[in-house]
Amino acid sequence: MHDLSEALGTAAWLILSLDRDLIEIVSLSLRVSLTAVAVAALIGLPIAGALALSRFFGRTVVLSGLNALMGLPPVVVGLFLYLMFSRSGPLGALGLLFTPTAMIAAQVLLIVPIIAALGRQVIEDLWADLGEQLRSFGARRRQAIGTLLWEGRLALLTVVLAGFGRASAEVGAVMIVGGNIDHVTRVMTTAIALETSKGNLSLAMGLGLVLMTLSLIVNGGAFVLQNAARRRSGG
Amino acid sequence: MTAPPSILPLVLDGLVFAVAGRPLIKSITCRLERGPRTVILGPNGAGKSLLLRLCHGLLTPTAGTVSWAGAAAGGRDAISRAQAMVFQRPVMLRRSVAANIAYPLALRGLGRRDRRHRIAEALEVSGLKRFSDSWARVLSVGEQQKLALARAWALAPQILFLDEPTASLDPAATAKVEEIILAIDARGTKIVMTTHDLHQARRLGDEVVFLHRGRLVERAPADQFFASPQTEEAAAFLAGRLSTKRLKRGSP
Repeated sequence: MHDLSEALGTAAWLILSLDRDLIEIVSLSLRVSLTAVAVAALIGLPIAGALALSRFFGRTVVLSGLNALMGLPPVVVGLFLYLMFSRSGPLGALGLLFTPTAMIAAQVLLIVPIIAALGRQVIEDLWADLGEQLRSFGARRRQAIGTLLWEGRLALLTVVLAGFGRASAEVGAVMIVGGNIDHVTRVMTTAIALETSKGNLSLAMGLGLVLMTLSLIVNGGAFVLQNAARRRSGG
Repeated sequence: MTAPPSILPLVLDGLVFAVAGRPLIKSITCRLERGPRTVILGPNGAGKSLLLRLCHGLLTPTAGTVSWAGAAAGGRDAISRAQAMVFQRPVMLRRSVAANIAYPLALRGLGRRDRRHRIAEALEVSGLKRFSDSWARVLSVGEQQKLALARAWALAPQILFLDEPTASLDPAATAKVEEIILAIDARGTKIVMTTHDLHQARRLGDEVVFLHRGRLVERAPADQFFASPQTEEAAAFLAGRLSTKRLKRGSP
């Protein structure tokens, strides 16, 4: 118990004094996860729209496959990208292994299925609502998808945040492809894992507190924003 | 504005629509000309809404054809652009009132100036000017339906389908909606609407198409239809009798 309170105290101090290592790790984490979410949204949302509006043979199989991919084990994604990016791998020439770019790629792979699968449901519900009217207007499929993405922006924000939650919280993939190199690829989750195993609990807890606070702020803020917007626009 | 040639008349030939093998529209053949306001009457489940959706191209017929006799060959886009539809439950986008009118205009490639002009006109006609910047979805159902009509006005279609547009409105909103419908008609748009409100049918209809159990049972000028319906089904409907027994009629 004594250890815990001492660690908490040091953690608070690290945060309040804006410890340089801590800031560096936090900002790299944010950079990696935010970029990953942005890229994954650009890929995942159009897939969501296309899947929502199309009917083809084997669609159910594709949808269940996509849903299954939401649960991709991060370490497996890490391993897969490690093999792709390693010197002898097919993408070895790019020299991306142990770089933040590789970590972004790993997180993108992890969250594209989440955004595509959850977004598909949102857009399909909207299509049930607006579809006839949009078709009556003569909207082409591509135009309709764009409109639905905009109409569903509030609900889709939650979907994208679910992706951000997954990206910022996972350890396995970024540990493998990033390597947790100090000052280069060390992010909050990998640093917490490392510092804990080294017995340096105060830094680990400081980072843990920051990680928790950030995700609470992001999700809480989005909830407030959504509620306000929903009330104003009539849902 | 030079009007493109009319796509009308609308020709339905042996139109059949079935769901899971059960025919809901049974071989309807008819021709809707420019001009008279057509009211489609019939009890619930007669297939009125389905017929409108088939005509508008929202549903694909199981058999038979929907064709536009006036349309130039290969003009699918032109055919779609010449039509508009207003639904029983108004469908609003999560945007302002003005943006809701602008949306389909933009889809049709109208320039900014044209759009602004038409939006102003439509707001004026529908009496929604003061709501221009409000969010469409916070309006009452009555205002939303007026907005749906305003949107149709702005599109200036050659033919407008209306599916029981006043079914869930109070008398004041109904009166305004009917007024807008007449204004759209006065501009030369062919009106085809369904209703099961006989008073409304008398007020708005020039001719009546009467459906019963998926068949076109009777078609007549409105006065004639209301004064002396020629079929037993129509007479029963007008008299407010529930025809629970299957009525005898000639084979199709």
